[in-house]
Amino acid sequence: MADTPLQAASQEARAPEVPSVMEVLQDLAKTSVLKVQNYSKLSFQSITNLATGPRYMQDTLDQMDDIGVGSLPIVLLSGFFIGAVMVLQTGTQFERFGQASLTGDIVSLALVRELGPSITGLLVAGRCSSGIASELGSMLVTEQVDAMRAMGTDPSRKLVTPRVLASLITLPLLTTISVFVGLIGGMVASVLSLRINATTFWERAIKILEFSDIMQGFSKTVVFAFILATVGCYQGLNVRGGTQGVGRATTQAVVVSSVLIIVSDTFLTKLALYLADKFF
Amino acid sequence: MEPYPSGLASTVTDTGQPSVEFNNVRLGFDEGEILRGVTFSAQERETVILLGETGTGKTLLLKLASGLLRPDSGSIQVLGKDISGMTESELLEIRRQIGFVFQEGALFDSLTVGENVAYRLYEDGLGDDEIQPLVKEVLRFVELAHTIDSLPSELSGGMRRRVAIARALIARPPIVLYDSPTAGLDPITSQTIISLILRLRDVYGVTALLATHRLQDGFALANFHFDPQSKKVCRNSPTEHSRVAPTRFLVLRAGKIYFEGSPDELMKSQDPYLQRFLI
Repeated sequence: MADTPLQAASQEARAPEVPSVMEVLQDLAKTSVLKVQNYSKLSFQSITNLATGPRYMQDTLDQMDDIGVGSLPIVLLSGFFIGAVMVLQTGTQFERFGQASLTGDIVSLALVRELGPSITGLLVAGRCSSGIASELGSMLVTEQVDAMRAMGTDPSRKLVTPRVLASLITLPLLTTISVFVGLIGGMVASVLSLRINATTFWERAIKILEFSDIMQGFSKTVVFAFILATVGCYQGLNVRGGTQGVGRATTQAVVVSSVLIIVSDTFLTKLALYLADKFF
Repeated sequence: MEPYPSGLASTVTDTGQPSVEFNNVRLGFDEGEILRGVTFSAQERETVILLGETGTGKTLLLKLASGLLRPDSGSIQVLGKDISGMTESELLEIRRQIGFVFQEGALFDSLTVGENVAYRLYEDGLGDDEIQPLVKEVLRFVELAHTIDSLPSELSGGMRRRVAIARALIARPPIVLYDSPTAGLDPITSQTIISLILRLRDVYGVTALLATHRLQDGFALANFHFDPQSKKVCRNSPTEHSRVAPTRFLVLRAGKIYFEGSPDELMKSQDPYLQRFLI
């Protein structure tokens, strides 16, 4: 017997199939792998672009100004107070054992090996990774990236490589300044709070440092710079969903780059300690 | 050969082959297939009007023609080269032969109007002394010479579209793609944009693909021409018809070419769907 019109209509308007848990998990895994693949491809391209032209030197200088000079105030301010608070925290413990003069040693090592690179990396990631993501994301949703491609320009050369290169150059410099200002902060705090002679503090802080300590800190800043710039660019160039998507990408850029910096710091520290033990 | 000839000479030469050719092109996204086997071609100096409702894939066709998107299947020939299998670096070279006017202009908001227009020339490594006269000439063509130092945010929507046309025009491309150039503009500004497209077609002799949902834009391009002598836009007379650049309509529906023909054929069509566009 033929269906009534109402029955036929209800069959046509059948509800879409609900995917199984397995299918959802498979889709999630595929999406994640695709994201990692695309991120790796963009990161690799940002470096290989340097081998061939065109090179955008003016854009790189502009980005160095934005990332390097623009981040200087927050790096100086936070560096000074981190050095000071380190002295206050460790100095009181050393005083209990009558070893307050060791404060300079420990603060110097902590700043050069660990706190300088990681805190500067996190601060610059918070400021610049989000800025890069929002700038590139806005360009993407207003079709400026497509316009660039339509005019024969490769966006990875024009937008990504200058930002990555600028970060790679400026973050080690910012970290160096941060560590130096941190030691000054520590010195001021130790003089005022622990009554340690400024010269003694400074002498101990410098003497304790070895080449491996400086290399450990320096190598970390290079990796952190690469992470914050590439994550910002990747999030910006993969915005979905208009201005709301730009906001999401900006948040994601800060979260992902910060987490990656902290996670990679652990592995880099382990690697650096192993290499220092083997070769220095 | 001089790469950027000054003056209003056409850069197009007749070779007899289509400038743009789509052959059974299909393209889909997560939400389903949007283009389901599109086949058409645009001859040199021809203007093809892509007509259709929102979401029928007009913009996708333009992005495919410029290589900004790749088809899932089928082939696309631009200036005799198959671009569907090209790498991104090969496509960058092809795109230099194509001017693209985006729907909202897509001007670089951190650059001035002059820098936006000159963008491609800077990319090609030309010096300021060569670039500035060309930029001024092109901005004069779109009657916006006074805005050279303004930022795009200081311009109205219609002015931004005109700057976008100037930017597409600066390198004298033989093909220009227009994505809804009059969308969201008032009738007077729309008329100014269409006059500009007419001038561009009749002075430079470019091949054009124009996506729109406004039938009157298509008819204006089909029924009028720019007279270089009087420097006015004039209605085509029956005697002039053969000299005027041909205009053809393509109507898209459900991912396919639903109608392809001349303005007269479209006007005379009794098809109920096409009639909806003519009301």
